[in-house]
Amino acid sequence: MESILLSLSGGLLEAFQPLNLLMIVIGCVVGLFIGAMPGLGSVNGVAILLPITFLVPPNAAIMFLAAIYYGAMYGGAISSITLGIPGASTAVATVFDGRPLAIAGKADQALTAAAIASFVGGTVSVVLFTLFAPPLADFALRFGPPEEFALMVLAFATFIGLGGDDIPKTIFSILIGLVLATIGLDIISGRPRLIFFDISGFMHGINFLVLAIGIYGIGEMLWTLEQTEGNVIVHKVNMSWRAFLTNLGHVKYYIKTTILGSILGYFVGTLPAAGATPASLMSYGLAKTFSKDPESFGKGNVAGVAAPEAANNAASTGSMLPMITLGIPGSPTTAILLGGMIIWGLRPGPLLFTEHPDFVWGLIGSLYVANAFTVLINLAFIPLFVRVLTMPFTVLAPIIFVLCVVGGYAPSQTMHDVWLMLLFGVAGYLLRKLNYPVAPAVLAIVLGPLAEQSFRQSLLGSQGEVWIFFERPISATCIAIAAALVLYPVLRGLRKPAKAQA
Amino acid sequence: MSIARRGMLALVGALGIGAVAASAPGVAQAWEPQKPVEFVIMAGQGGGADKMARLMQTVIEKNGWSSKPLTPINKPGGSGAEALVHLKTKGGSDPDHTIMVTLNSFYTTPLRQPGLGVDIATFTPIARMAEDTFLLWVHKDSGITNIEEFVVAAKEAGNDWVMAGTGKLQEDQLLTDFLNAAYGLNMKYVPYKGGGKVAKQLAGQHANSTVNNPSEQEGFYASGDTVPLAAFTPDRLELFPDAPTFRELGQDFVYFMQRSVVGAPGMSDEAAAYYRELFQKVYESEDWQAYRKKKSLYGDFLSDQALMDYWMTEREIHKAMLSEMGAL
Amino acid sequence: MTVRTAELVMAIATMLISIAIMWKSTELSIGWVPQKGPGSGAWPFWLSTGMLLASAATLVRWFLRATPESRSEETYISRTAFYVVGVSVGAILFLLIATNFIGIYFALLLFLFFYLRFVGRHSWTTTLSVTIGVPVFIFCMFEWALTIPLPKAISEPLFYPIYDLIY
Repeated sequence: MESILLSLSGGLLEAFQPLNLLMIVIGCVVGLFIGAMPGLGSVNGVAILLPITFLVPPNAAIMFLAAIYYGAMYGGAISSITLGIPGASTAVATVFDGRPLAIAGKADQALTAAAIASFVGGTVSVVLFTLFAPPLADFALRFGPPEEFALMVLAFATFIGLGGDDIPKTIFSILIGLVLATIGLDIISGRPRLIFFDISGFMHGINFLVLAIGIYGIGEMLWTLEQTEGNVIVHKVNMSWRAFLTNLGHVKYYIKTTILGSILGYFVGTLPAAGATPASLMSYGLAKTFSKDPESFGKGNVAGVAAPEAANNAASTGSMLPMITLGIPGSPTTAILLGGMIIWGLRPGPLLFTEHPDFVWGLIGSLYVANAFTVLINLAFIPLFVRVLTMPFTVLAPIIFVLCVVGGYAPSQTMHDVWLMLLFGVAGYLLRKLNYPVAPAVLAIVLGPLAEQSFRQSLLGSQGEVWIFFERPISATCIAIAAALVLYPVLRGLRKPAKAQA
Repeated sequence: MSIARRGMLALVGALGIGAVAASAPGVAQAWEPQKPVEFVIMAGQGGGADKMARLMQTVIEKNGWSSKPLTPINKPGGSGAEALVHLKTKGGSDPDHTIMVTLNSFYTTPLRQPGLGVDIATFTPIARMAEDTFLLWVHKDSGITNIEEFVVAAKEAGNDWVMAGTGKLQEDQLLTDFLNAAYGLNMKYVPYKGGGKVAKQLAGQHANSTVNNPSEQEGFYASGDTVPLAAFTPDRLELFPDAPTFRELGQDFVYFMQRSVVGAPGMSDEAAAYYRELFQKVYESEDWQAYRKKKSLYGDFLSDQALMDYWMTEREIHKAMLSEMGAL
Repeated sequence: MTVRTAELVMAIATMLISIAIMWKSTELSIGWVPQKGPGSGAWPFWLSTGMLLASAATLVRWFLRATPESRSEETYISRTAFYVVGVSVGAILFLLIATNFIGIYFALLLFLFFYLRFVGRHSWTTTLSVTIGVPVFIFCMFEWALTIPLPKAISEPLFYPIYDLIY
């Protein structure tokens, strides 16, 4: 314990070196803005700025990149709330309640909650990271395919309550998301799958962003255009110190959710397969399931913004753990960070902690500092972001369409994806008017590939025996919890009429 | 290769560059890219090819060797099929500003998917930057320390012996098939996405063995979790002096992963010359040489016709291996 | 078209899509391979079978008038909504097609000018500042700061001097 404190203070001192501090502050701001653009996320920021970092020493460089990573996590919430477009898969769940709040003129509340929850999530996870890094690395190693599959089952179970009231339509939405996720190369058989009309653009599969930007960006804008007929969405925003303080005071409504979400997020994030997206969804699902007022979720509950934001920030710190200790990236962003570390001559793996303690602790120290700076910068910019909503809608809508088109193009740099995005947008709009829930499809496309691959890898290893999922302690536990989560609302439903009679 | 021969080559190389430099002013104005150069990576983010591509990009940017930036874009779709088709299409519209980092799926994917209509003989050879090596790995808790014990254990386990690898019908499975055939084994091959994931399966004992590149396993090797049994190289690797080669063990089998840069078909000679010179500079840079040494990479710099000849030989070898597997 | 008719049309459309995916999945093995688990076409095949069943359930509920949508005789898309939404989709469609020919920046100019001036009926000041400002911002953000080249088609040579300037 003492040695941890000593190393940590060394790391903090390192982070406060003038050059390092400057890199952290610049990184936070850059990350915040990149994350706030639909289609661009921390991956873009980190990948593109990687070469720049070779001009500064590795310590400053990794701090810079970690700060961008943090900033982008905060920034993702901004586009989810103000524009209703999740900038990254990690910010999908933030849309569910953030968007209704913004339409109701409470974007400042939602943004404040997102910033605070992100800060708590980041802080809790860095503390957990400091205390439990090595034992958790061993635990993460015990996650083989059966455990990964069980975790996905658990993730699906947590958002069972997210669908609409129409069960066949909800099922349809989940299934089409899962089917869209199977397009592309099937890695188990090595064969291309569902390449419609032999169009080569289908070979890279359907990127989550294409569906999310299509449905939430284009589809949502068309829906709003119809509702407002081109008028302003929000006429007046409250931006005084008093409002800011009141918003801060709302912390009491969501602090419990936030802390739970942070811890959950951290642990899910440390598992190599999972990362921040399932973490944020699970956190949202649990917050709703165990809320006293589950009906208000999806209609503008601040806790519904805080839960996923706390979890995704916590998970992004968590996903650095397998990167550092096992050399396995938990997300595309960490994959690039990992590449950077190798180029700098560091060897990620079980020995990094002992071989390069100054580097690891400098990174951990910078996480504390970056987190603190990002929350301050974010809070300071809230009035600016909120002002976006007061623009006339016929000015805002074309700008958002343009951002969608450009954001849909950027990740894969093919027009094919932009066309698909428009198709999904129009289809999503038409379906939504008939009360088909669209969120389950977006979630399913993220988790589908993980679930299918781990399922088939498990069965290959077990000679086709399905019992493998129930024999192994970790996977059996996950499946048992999943079953309990599915049954919980049913049981609660059964108890209610009983009470009413008594 | 003897030291004397290496010295000779270096001298010839230096003279060559000198000659090019001297004659440069005479060749009107040397070709320069007019816009950012698309740098396609035929694999996903975070893999071996991706890391090397980003290192090359970094070396070029750090030294300011290119007036326009190289913009890396990953196209892993369909085992590289998407990247190949993209390059072919670019060959029609803008061949001079598209280059690609390739690996062995450069041979296998067009062979397995003739419908793509891609013939790698039409692509423009730029540079072979390295060849990556493969080793056979097991977990230290298995107690296996040499190939004989491996064969005994794997034979006993039969179909329950799990070999993890990247991708179906690709490099790792070719090696698995070789081992199965050479030692009469019946190992089960389970594909994962990316070499890092494969390495982790072994470290967590979810697989019994792997055929990882050194860079993928070295973290676990350094901590003592995994053990290399034998190398698919002509000579023992400096990093793993205790692992014999398969040649020493009486199996004449050598296999490498190429790390090359290829240009779009129909690239103009001036542009091709520009990129060849650019990547030769990268190859000779301190950073690249240090990286090669650290990762014990094989494969000297090859370019132009020599690289094309190398590709054609390798394509025949892979064709033979794939038809033996019944994959064609 | 009423909401009730739209519900029927959509249920039939989703059934047709499901069948198309099922048919496409049969190119690969859809059964259970002994000792290996499901074949590579099994996952999409059985999932799209589920889609078909879910759509069929919606269809049955339409006949039974069980959902609010299947009882609603309101218009699905009103004339005004059709105008706003139709014009927007049409404009985006034009933006994408034009990008293939004249490059994204010039397509953006036309798209924004049309939308602000003719759909939004904004003043010349607003129209021009957004029409010029957005493409400039996009260029600076993507090409300059992030070096992500956007498609320029035949307008590419016009950008050569700018590249020389910024890189």
